[in-house]
Amino acid sequence: MSKIYTRMGDGTLVEMEPEEIRNDIQEASMDAADRGKIPPLNEGELEHLYDICTMPAKVVSVERGNEIVVTIDGGTNKIYRHGIQSGRVTRIQMHERAFGFDTMELSHIDYSFKQVKSIAHEEKGEMEDALLSTIVPLFYGAMPNLGLYSQPDGPVPNAAELMPKGLIKEAQEAQEEAIEHAVKDMVYVGSALYESGADGINFDTTGAAGDTDVKATLIAIEKLKDKYPEMGVEMGMAGEFILGMHGGLSHHDTRLAGLYPHKQVELAEKSGVNIFGAVVNTNSSKSFPWNLSRAVTYCKACGEQARIPVHANVGMGVGGVPNSDMNPVDAISRVSKAMAEVAKLDGL
Amino acid sequence: MIVTHSMAAGMGGIRTAGDLVARMQMSRSMKINEAKNYVAEKLGVSLIDLTDEVEMYHLREALNIGRVSYSPGYAKGIEAKIRIAKLMDLNINCVNTFKNNAGIDF
Repeated sequence: MSKIYTRMGDGTLVEMEPEEIRNDIQEASMDAADRGKIPPLNEGELEHLYDICTMPAKVVSVERGNEIVVTIDGGTNKIYRHGIQSGRVTRIQMHERAFGFDTMELSHIDYSFKQVKSIAHEEKGEMEDALLSTIVPLFYGAMPNLGLYSQPDGPVPNAAELMPKGLIKEAQEAQEEAIEHAVKDMVYVGSALYESGADGINFDTTGAAGDTDVKATLIAIEKLKDKYPEMGVEMGMAGEFILGMHGGLSHHDTRLAGLYPHKQVELAEKSGVNIFGAVVNTNSSKSFPWNLSRAVTYCKACGEQARIPVHANVGMGVGGVPNSDMNPVDAISRVSKAMAEVAKLDGL
Repeated sequence: MIVTHSMAAGMGGIRTAGDLVARMQMSRSMKINEAKNYVAEKLGVSLIDLTDEVEMYHLREALNIGRVSYSPGYAKGIEAKIRIAKLMDLNINCVNTFKNNAGIDF
């Protein structure tokens, strides 16, 4: 068999021997199994993944009947980033009627709850306008982004400056104070947008600032669900395991640092999350088949563990998608198919 | 990128029944197969029909629950969601907000 066109984790087009692809797929699945202490893909799944990676067509898709739901983070920011001048309600209508999206998200370009708090009144107005003229379920989305609460941008001492000085306890206390501020902002913004009629709130890139970020988000979600039991909540993660920036934080008697997706989803369920967004990071130095296999192995274990729907995060640099500003549709569509048919997830 | 995902593996939104299946996931935490079965039963169609654009185009017209095409005289936006809430036996937040704000009860 001749060489096969595929990609590297940075998106570069490469040719690989069939056996090299097989080996990469197998090695990556074992790597995920070893790190996450989860089962590797079985022979049939490895073969299915190999077929997906080596299909001659540039763009591939799921077989009829295997379609899954698509949610989006940074929803109304995408069109804006292409320099297309348009209002956010128009962008939602474009995604609904021109692109066939299952859901959509209203979001502010400064995509953090802290930044949105001061303009929540304006966000409510735009949400209300969007809801009157669209049909698809509409989230309001933003990031917990606890990094914004550290000095000089925020009110609490900067843990990243305290830790190198050996002031570990002080760094932990600063992060704990940041949690209190972040919870207030997330509950404030979440309440405001839900009371405007939003179908749900998307807590995106949760864990970007480590275990403090996750702790704050879970507390905020629990408070919001107490107030609004029917609120739809999606929680998308930032990385494949939770970074222990604090290191000593637990939630519901589970230590947060080091949790992989199949354990993260258990906590999300307990806190009332309706849709969980699993993340697996892409390694730019490895091949696309290697990265896809690793991502699928983690996500499959997460989906099997979950009682709620799991949507894989499949944007740039996660879920097997190459880490490239201009991502190729051959790789993206293979990720879509693999997540639906091999990982057997509920959505993307 | 997201458009490729939507075309390669998505349900199809209001081109098909994607919005309805998504609502069952986000409001009742239904896994994909349970959500599809629920919607198919409510609509009285097969699972394959759920993502068939032609079948769903005509069914959405008959049920008057909104389509991608500009359709003067048909339900759109919040009007369509009021019908969807009833059809799916579902509480939709903005529908309730709309009723409260408009002072109507139905």
